Amino acid sequence: MAIEVRIPTILRSYTGGQKSIEGTGSTLDELLADLDGRYGGLRERLVDDAGLRRFINVYLNDEDVRFIGGLSATVSDGDTVTVLPAVAGGSR
Amino acid sequence: MRYESILDAVGGTPLVGLPRLSPSPDVRLWAKLEDRNPTGSVKDRAAAYMVAAGEKDGLLYPGATILEPTSGNTGISLAMVARLRGYKLICVMPENTSEERRILLEAYGASIVASPAAGGSNEAVRVAQGLAAEHPDWVMLYQYGNEANTRAHYETTGPELLTDLPEITHFVAGLGTSGTLMGTGRFLREHVPGVQIVAAEPRYGELVYGLRNLSEGFVPELYDESVLTSRFSVSSADALRRTREMLSVEGLFAGISSGCVLHAALGVAAKAQAAGQRAEIALLIADAGWKYLSTGAYGGTLAEAEARLEGQLWA
Repeated sequence: MAIEVRIPTILRSYTGGQKSIEGTGSTLDELLADLDGRYGGLRERLVDDAGLRRFINVYLNDEDVRFIGGLSATVSDGDTVTVLPAVAGGSR
Repeated sequence: MRYESILDAVGGTPLVGLPRLSPSPDVRLWAKLEDRNPTGSVKDRAAAYMVAAGEKDGLLYPGATILEPTSGNTGISLAMVARLRGYKLICVMPENTSEERRILLEAYGASIVASPAAGGSNEAVRVAQGLAAEHPDWVMLYQYGNEANTRAHYETTGPELLTDLPEITHFVAGLGTSGTLMGTGRFLREHVPGVQIVAAEPRYGELVYGLRNLSEGFVPELYDESVLTSRFSVSSADALRRTREMLSVEGLFAGISSGCVLHAALGVAAKAQAAGQRAEIALLIADAGWKYLSTGAYGGTLAEAEARLEGQLWA
Protein backbone atom coordinates (compact mmCIF):
# COMPACT_ATOMS: atom_id res chain seq x y z
CA MET A 1 0.00 0.00 0.00
CA ALA A 2 1.03 3.59 -0.61
CA ILE A 3 -0.44 7.06 -0.58
CA GLU A 4 -2.18 8.15 -3.77
CA VAL A 5 -1.44 11.72 -4.88
CA ARG A 6 -3.72 13.36 -7.47
CA ILE A 7 -2.07 15.99 -9.66
CA PRO A 8 -3.88 18.84 -11.49
CA THR A 9 -3.40 19.25 -15.25
CA ILE A 10 -1.12 22.28 -14.95
CA LEU A 11 1.42 20.29 -12.92
CA ARG A 12 1.37 17.11 -14.97
CA SER A 13 4.43 18.23 -16.91
CA TYR A 14 6.31 17.13 -13.78
CA THR A 15 4.69 13.68 -13.69
CA GLY A 16 5.01 12.70 -17.34
CA GLY A 17 1.33 13.47 -17.83
CA GLN A 18 0.14 11.16 -15.04
CA LYS A 19 -3.04 12.24 -13.20
CA SER A 20 -2.21 10.20 -10.16
CA ILE A 21 1.10 9.10 -8.63
CA GLU A 22 2.05 7.19 -5.50
CA GLY A 23 4.49 7.86 -2.69
CA THR A 24 5.35 7.06 0.90
CA GLY A 25 6.04 8.95 4.13
CA SER A 26 4.56 9.52 7.55
CA THR A 27 3.99 13.25 7.08
CA LEU A 28 3.03 15.35 4.06
CA ASP A 29 6.55 16.82 4.08
CA GLU A 30 8.12 13.34 3.85
CA LEU A 31 5.66 12.34 1.14
CA LEU A 32 6.56 15.38 -1.00
CA ALA A 33 10.29 14.72 -0.48
CA ASP A 34 9.76 11.13 -1.58
CA LEU A 35 7.89 12.27 -4.71
CA ASP A 36 10.54 14.85 -5.58
CA GLY A 37 13.07 12.02 -5.96
CA ARG A 38 11.09 10.66 -8.91
CA TYR A 39 9.28 13.79 -10.11
CA GLY A 40 11.95 16.50 -9.93
CA GLY A 41 10.67 20.08 -9.57
CA LEU A 42 7.18 19.11 -8.35
CA ARG A 43 7.86 19.91 -4.70
CA GLU A 44 9.25 23.34 -5.66
CA ARG A 45 5.89 24.21 -7.28
CA LEU A 46 3.99 23.32 -4.10
CA VAL A 47 6.25 24.52 -1.31
CA ASP A 48 8.37 27.59 -0.65
CA ASP A 49 10.42 28.66 2.40
CA ALA A 50 7.26 29.61 4.29
CA GLY A 51 5.52 26.26 3.70
CA LEU A 52 2.75 25.46 1.22
CA ARG A 53 2.49 28.09 -1.50
CA ARG A 54 -0.37 30.54 -1.16
CA PHE A 55 -2.27 29.58 -4.31
CA ILE A 56 -1.91 25.84 -3.81
CA ASN A 57 -4.33 23.72 -1.83
CA VAL A 58 -3.48 20.23 -0.67
CA TYR A 59 -6.23 17.95 0.64
CA LEU A 60 -5.87 14.80 2.72
CA ASN A 61 -8.96 12.64 2.24
CA ASP A 62 -10.76 15.79 1.00
CA GLU A 63 -9.75 17.86 4.08
CA ASP A 64 -7.47 20.91 3.61
CA VAL A 65 -4.11 20.10 5.25
CA ARG A 66 -3.64 23.73 6.36
CA PHE A 67 -6.14 23.05 9.14
CA ILE A 68 -4.55 19.77 10.25
CA GLY A 69 -0.89 20.68 10.56
CA GLY A 70 0.13 21.66 7.02
CA LEU A 71 3.37 19.97 5.93
CA SER A 72 3.51 18.14 9.27
CA ALA A 73 0.03 16.60 8.78
CA THR A 74 0.15 12.86 9.44
CA VAL A 75 -0.45 10.68 6.39
CA SER A 76 -0.82 6.92 6.20
CA ASP A 77 -1.13 4.14 3.66
CA GLY A 78 -4.45 4.17 1.86
CA ASP A 79 -4.89 7.93 2.18
CA THR A 80 -5.58 10.09 -0.84
CA VAL A 81 -3.83 13.42 -1.24
CA THR A 82 -5.26 15.86 -3.79
CA VAL A 83 -3.35 18.89 -5.08
CA LEU A 84 -5.44 21.76 -6.49
CA PRO A 85 -5.01 25.38 -7.51
CA ALA A 86 -6.74 27.67 -4.97
CA VAL A 87 -10.18 28.66 -6.22
CA ALA A 88 -13.41 29.94 -4.75
CA GLY A 89 -16.55 27.86 -5.17
CA GLY A 90 -20.04 27.50 -3.83
CA SER A 91 -23.48 28.79 -4.53
CA ARG A 92 -23.52 32.44 -5.44
CA MET B 1 -47.06 32.48 10.19
CA ARG B 2 -48.06 35.84 8.79
CA TYR B 3 -45.77 38.47 7.19
CA GLU B 4 -46.45 41.95 5.78
CA SER B 5 -44.63 41.16 2.51
CA ILE B 6 -42.42 38.53 0.96
CA LEU B 7 -39.32 40.53 1.98
CA ASP B 8 -40.34 40.15 5.62
CA ALA B 9 -40.46 36.37 5.18
CA VAL B 10 -36.69 36.03 4.63
CA GLY B 11 -34.96 33.79 7.21
CA GLY B 12 -36.50 31.96 10.15
CA THR B 13 -35.94 28.65 8.35
CA PRO B 14 -36.50 25.21 9.93
CA LEU B 15 -33.75 23.02 11.37
CA VAL B 16 -34.56 19.35 10.83
CA GLY B 17 -32.81 16.24 12.12
CA LEU B 18 -31.29 13.68 9.75
CA PRO B 19 -31.56 10.64 12.03
CA ARG B 20 -30.97 8.04 9.32
CA LEU B 21 -27.76 9.65 8.07
CA SER B 22 -26.45 10.33 11.59
CA PRO B 23 -23.82 7.77 12.68
CA SER B 24 -25.22 7.35 16.22
CA PRO B 25 -27.45 9.03 18.84
CA ASP B 26 -24.29 10.77 20.12
CA VAL B 27 -23.23 12.09 16.72
CA ARG B 28 -26.19 13.77 15.09
CA LEU B 29 -26.74 15.76 11.89
CA TRP B 30 -29.19 18.66 11.59
CA ALA B 31 -30.14 20.34 8.30
CA LYS B 32 -30.92 24.08 8.13
CA LEU B 33 -33.40 24.32 5.26
CA GLU B 34 -32.50 27.57 3.49
CA ASP B 35 -34.56 26.52 0.46
CA ARG B 36 -37.53 27.69 2.57
CA ASN B 37 -36.63 31.32 1.85
CA PRO B 38 -38.87 33.35 -0.53
CA THR B 39 -36.90 32.70 -3.74
CA GLY B 40 -35.75 29.28 -2.60
CA SER B 41 -32.19 29.85 -1.47
CA VAL B 42 -29.98 31.12 1.35
CA LYS B 43 -29.06 34.10 -0.86
CA ASP B 44 -32.26 35.93 0.05
CA ARG B 45 -30.60 36.81 3.34
CA ALA B 46 -27.54 38.45 1.73
CA ALA B 47 -29.57 40.13 -1.03
CA ALA B 48 -32.00 41.75 1.44
CA TYR B 49 -29.13 42.98 3.64
CA MET B 50 -26.95 44.24 0.76
CA VAL B 51 -29.80 46.22 -0.82
CA ALA B 52 -30.85 47.67 2.55
CA ALA B 53 -27.23 48.71 3.22
CA GLY B 54 -26.94 50.22 -0.28
CA GLU B 55 -30.08 52.28 0.34
CA LYS B 56 -28.89 53.41 3.76
CA ASP B 57 -25.49 54.48 2.37
CA GLY B 58 -27.11 56.38 -0.50
CA LEU B 59 -25.46 54.09 -3.06
CA LEU B 60 -28.85 53.00 -4.41
CA TYR B 61 -31.34 55.59 -5.62
CA PRO B 62 -34.76 55.14 -7.27
CA GLY B 63 -34.36 53.62 -10.74
CA ALA B 64 -30.72 52.64 -10.15
CA THR B 65 -29.16 49.75 -12.05
CA ILE B 66 -27.59 46.96 -10.01
CA LEU B 67 -24.81 44.87 -11.58
CA GLU B 68 -23.75 41.57 -10.02
CA PRO B 69 -21.57 38.59 -10.94
CA THR B 70 -23.53 35.49 -9.91
CA SER B 71 -23.89 31.85 -10.86
CA GLY B 72 -27.60 32.14 -10.13
CA ASN B 73 -28.99 32.15 -6.63
CA THR B 74 -27.79 35.63 -5.63
CA GLY B 75 -29.06 36.93 -8.95
CA ILE B 76 -32.50 35.43 -8.37
CA SER B 77 -32.65 36.86 -4.83
CA LEU B 78 -31.50 40.28 -6.02
CA ALA B 79 -33.99 40.16 -8.90
CA MET B 80 -36.83 39.68 -6.42
CA VAL B 81 -35.62 42.48 -4.13
CA ALA B 82 -34.87 44.79 -7.10
CA ARG B 83 -38.37 44.20 -8.48
CA LEU B 84 -39.99 45.17 -5.19
CA ARG B 85 -37.69 48.15 -4.51
CA GLY B 86 -37.70 49.56 -8.08
CA TYR B 87 -34.18 48.82 -9.39
CA LYS B 88 -32.94 47.34 -12.67
CA LEU B 89 -30.70 44.30 -12.41
CA ILE B 90 -27.96 43.04 -14.73
CA CYS B 91 -26.42 39.66 -13.84
CA VAL B 92 -23.10 38.45 -15.18
CA MET B 93 -23.42 34.69 -15.21
CA PRO B 94 -21.15 31.88 -16.50
CA GLU B 95 -22.67 30.37 -19.65
CA ASN B 96 -22.42 26.87 -18.11
CA THR B 97 -25.01 27.34 -15.36
CA SER B 98 -28.39 25.65 -15.43
CA GLU B 99 -31.20 26.74 -17.75
CA GLU B 100 -33.68 27.11 -14.87
CA ARG B 101 -31.66 29.95 -13.35
CA ARG B 102 -31.67 31.86 -16.65
CA ILE B 103 -35.46 31.42 -17.05
CA LEU B 104 -36.13 32.53 -13.47
CA LEU B 105 -33.93 35.62 -13.79
CA GLU B 106 -35.62 36.64 -17.02
CA ALA B 107 -39.06 36.06 -15.49
CA TYR B 108 -38.14 38.50 -12.72
CA GLY B 109 -37.09 41.02 -15.38
CA ALA B 110 -33.33 40.85 -14.94
CA SER B 111 -30.90 41.12 -17.87
CA ILE B 112 -28.17 38.51 -18.27
CA VAL B 113 -24.66 38.98 -19.59
CA ALA B 114 -22.99 35.61 -20.26
CA SER B 115 -19.36 35.12 -19.25
CA PRO B 116 -17.16 32.34 -20.71
CA ALA B 117 -17.58 28.87 -19.19
CA ALA B 118 -13.84 28.39 -18.69
CA GLY B 119 -12.87 30.09 -15.45
CA GLY B 120 -16.33 29.71 -13.91
CA SER B 121 -17.47 32.26 -11.36
CA ASN B 122 -14.05 33.90 -11.24
CA GLU B 123 -14.42 34.86 -14.87
CA ALA B 124 -17.90 36.28 -14.17
CA VAL B 125 -16.33 38.50 -11.49
CA ARG B 126 -13.73 39.75 -14.00
CA VAL B 127 -16.35 40.49 -16.66
CA ALA B 128 -18.53 42.34 -14.11
CA GLN B 129 -15.57 44.42 -12.93
CA GLY B 130 -14.90 45.40 -16.55
CA LEU B 131 -18.54 46.43 -17.08
CA ALA B 132 -18.55 48.39 -13.81
CA ALA B 133 -15.51 50.36 -14.99
CA GLU B 134 -17.30 51.20 -18.27
CA HIS B 135 -20.53 52.19 -16.50
CA PRO B 136 -19.71 54.14 -13.34
CA ASP B 137 -23.42 54.81 -12.71
CA TRP B 138 -24.17 51.11 -12.26
CA VAL B 139 -24.06 49.86 -8.69
CA MET B 140 -22.15 46.65 -8.06
CA LEU B 141 -23.14 45.33 -4.64
CA TYR B 142 -20.34 42.76 -5.02
CA GLN B 143 -21.33 39.88 -2.75
CA TYR B 144 -17.71 38.68 -2.46
CA GLY B 145 -16.61 41.82 -0.64
CA ASN B 146 -19.81 43.33 0.79
CA GLU B 147 -19.81 43.22 4.60
CA ALA B 148 -23.64 43.27 4.61
CA ASN B 149 -23.48 39.73 3.15
CA THR B 150 -21.53 38.53 6.20
CA ARG B 151 -23.63 40.63 8.57
CA ALA B 152 -26.85 39.02 7.32
CA HIS B 153 -25.58 35.69 8.65
CA TYR B 154 -24.05 37.15 11.81
CA GLU B 155 -27.39 38.74 12.70
CA THR B 156 -29.83 36.08 11.48
CA THR B 157 -28.48 32.61 10.52
CA GLY B 158 -26.16 32.36 13.54
CA PRO B 159 -28.72 33.35 16.19
CA GLU B 160 -31.37 31.07 14.62
CA LEU B 161 -29.01 28.09 14.84
CA LEU B 162 -28.03 28.83 18.43
CA THR B 163 -31.70 29.11 19.44
CA ASP B 164 -32.66 25.83 17.77
CA LEU B 165 -29.50 23.88 18.65
CA PRO B 166 -27.85 25.36 21.79
CA GLU B 167 -25.64 22.24 22.08
CA ILE B 168 -24.18 22.77 18.57
CA THR B 169 -20.58 21.51 18.14
CA HIS B 170 -20.07 21.90 14.35
CA PHE B 171 -21.40 24.16 11.61
CA VAL B 172 -20.86 23.03 8.01
CA ALA B 173 -21.67 25.15 4.94
CA GLY B 174 -20.58 25.68 1.35
CA LEU B 175 -17.74 28.06 0.58
CA GLY B 176 -18.60 30.51 -2.16
CA THR B 177 -18.47 34.17 -1.30
CA SER B 178 -17.73 32.89 2.23
CA GLY B 179 -20.44 35.22 3.63
CA THR B 180 -22.46 32.38 5.22
CA LEU B 181 -19.42 30.78 6.89
CA MET B 182 -17.84 34.07 8.03
CA GLY B 183 -21.02 35.58 9.49
CA THR B 184 -22.50 32.46 11.05
CA GLY B 185 -19.03 31.26 12.07
CA ARG B 186 -18.09 34.47 13.87
CA PHE B 187 -21.40 34.56 15.73
CA LEU B 188 -21.17 30.94 16.85
CA ARG B 189 -17.51 31.27 17.89
CA GLU B 190 -18.47 34.21 20.12
CA HIS B 191 -21.21 32.21 21.80
CA VAL B 192 -20.16 28.55 21.74
CA PRO B 193 -16.68 27.72 23.09
CA GLY B 194 -14.87 25.19 20.91
CA VAL B 195 -17.42 25.19 18.09
CA GLN B 196 -16.01 23.89 14.78
CA ILE B 197 -16.65 25.90 11.60
CA VAL B 198 -16.28 23.67 8.55
CA ALA B 199 -16.20 24.84 4.91
CA ALA B 200 -17.21 22.55 2.04
CA GLU B 201 -15.85 23.61 -1.32
CA PRO B 202 -16.85 22.17 -4.70
CA ARG B 203 -14.06 20.54 -6.70
CA TYR B 204 -14.94 20.87 -10.36
CA GLY B 205 -13.60 18.82 -13.24
CA GLU B 206 -10.75 19.90 -15.45
CA LEU B 207 -13.17 21.39 -17.99
CA VAL B 208 -13.83 24.24 -15.57
CA TYR B 209 -10.38 24.63 -14.01
CA GLY B 210 -8.02 22.81 -16.34
CA LEU B 211 -6.24 25.61 -18.12
CA ARG B 212 -6.10 28.19 -15.40
CA ASN B 213 -2.83 29.33 -13.92
CA LEU B 214 -2.09 28.70 -10.25
CA SER B 215 -1.40 32.36 -9.53
CA GLU B 216 -4.92 33.29 -10.67
CA GLY B 217 -6.53 31.72 -7.59
CA PHE B 218 -9.31 34.02 -6.46
CA VAL B 219 -9.93 34.60 -2.75
CA PRO B 220 -13.09 36.58 -1.87
CA GLU B 221 -12.41 39.74 0.13
CA LEU B 222 -14.83 38.52 2.83
CA TYR B 223 -12.83 35.35 3.40
CA ASP B 224 -10.96 35.18 6.72
CA GLU B 225 -9.30 31.81 7.21
CA SER B 226 -9.10 32.30 11.00
CA VAL B 227 -12.88 31.85 11.29
CA LEU B 228 -12.66 28.30 9.92
CA THR B 229 -11.44 25.21 11.74
CA SER B 230 -11.56 22.89 8.74
CA ARG B 231 -12.07 22.98 5.01
CA PHE B 232 -13.14 20.16 2.68
CA SER B 233 -12.90 19.91 -1.10
CA VAL B 234 -15.60 17.66 -2.55
CA SER B 235 -15.63 16.14 -6.03
CA SER B 236 -18.70 16.31 -8.28
CA ALA B 237 -19.09 12.52 -7.93
CA ASP B 238 -19.23 12.67 -4.11
CA ALA B 239 -21.53 15.70 -4.13
CA LEU B 240 -23.94 13.92 -6.49
CA ARG B 241 -23.85 10.68 -4.50
CA ARG B 242 -24.63 12.52 -1.24
CA THR B 243 -27.39 14.59 -2.87
CA ARG B 244 -29.13 11.38 -3.91
CA GLU B 245 -28.50 9.79 -0.52
CA MET B 246 -30.20 12.72 1.20
CA LEU B 247 -33.23 12.27 -1.04
CA SER B 248 -33.49 8.49 -0.78
CA VAL B 249 -32.55 8.10 2.90
CA GLU B 250 -34.01 11.23 4.51
CA GLY B 251 -36.55 12.36 1.91
CA LEU B 252 -34.80 15.70 1.51
CA PHE B 253 -34.75 17.07 -2.07
CA ALA B 254 -31.71 19.34 -1.96
CA GLY B 255 -29.51 21.03 -4.56
CA ILE B 256 -26.15 19.57 -5.53
CA SER B 257 -24.12 21.98 -3.39
CA SER B 258 -25.93 20.55 -0.36
CA GLY B 259 -24.63 17.10 -1.29
CA CYS B 260 -21.16 18.65 -1.14
CA VAL B 261 -21.93 20.03 2.33
CA LEU B 262 -23.34 16.67 3.49
CA HIS B 263 -20.14 14.92 2.34
CA ALA B 264 -18.03 17.21 4.54
CA ALA B 265 -20.51 16.88 7.44
CA LEU B 266 -20.29 13.08 7.23
CA GLY B 267 -16.49 13.43 7.21
CA VAL B 268 -16.46 15.37 10.50
CA ALA B 269 -19.16 13.06 11.89
CA ALA B 270 -16.99 10.01 11.17
CA LYS B 271 -14.01 11.69 12.88
CA ALA B 272 -16.10 12.50 15.98
CA GLN B 273 -17.51 8.98 16.05
CA ALA B 274 -14.01 7.44 15.76
CA ALA B 275 -12.74 9.68 18.57
CA GLY B 276 -15.71 8.81 20.80
CA GLN B 277 -16.81 12.45 20.95
CA ARG B 278 -20.38 13.74 21.14
CA ALA B 279 -21.31 15.93 18.18
CA GLU B 280 -24.32 18.02 17.16
CA ILE B 281 -23.56 18.99 13.57
CA ALA B 282 -25.62 21.64 11.77
CA LEU B 283 -25.29 21.71 7.99
CA LEU B 284 -26.69 24.36 5.71
CA ILE B 285 -28.92 23.33 2.79
CA ALA B 286 -28.44 26.31 0.44
CA ASP B 287 -31.25 25.42 -1.95
CA ALA B 288 -33.53 22.63 -3.20
CA GLY B 289 -33.10 20.51 -6.31
CA TRP B 290 -35.64 22.21 -8.59
CA LYS B 291 -33.16 24.43 -10.42
CA TYR B 292 -30.91 21.46 -11.23
CA LEU B 293 -33.44 19.03 -12.72
CA SER B 294 -32.26 19.84 -16.26
CA THR B 295 -28.68 18.92 -15.34
CA GLY B 296 -29.78 15.28 -15.11
CA ALA B 297 -28.40 15.00 -11.57
CA TYR B 298 -31.39 13.10 -10.22
CA GLY B 299 -32.02 10.50 -12.93
CA GLY B 300 -30.21 7.46 -14.34
CA THR B 301 -27.09 5.94 -12.83
CA LEU B 302 -24.60 7.96 -10.83
CA ALA B 303 -21.98 7.57 -13.58
CA GLU B 304 -24.40 8.93 -16.20
CA ALA B 305 -25.33 11.85 -13.97
CA GLU B 306 -21.66 12.60 -13.32
CA ALA B 307 -20.90 12.59 -17.04
CA ARG B 308 -23.80 14.98 -17.70
CA LEU B 309 -22.57 17.31 -14.96
CA GLU B 310 -19.00 17.48 -16.27
CA GLY B 311 -18.13 21.05 -17.11
CA GLN B 312 -21.22 22.53 -15.44
CA LEU B 313 -21.20 24.78 -12.41
CA TRP B 314 -23.42 23.06 -9.84
CA ALA B 315 -22.90 25.34 -6.88
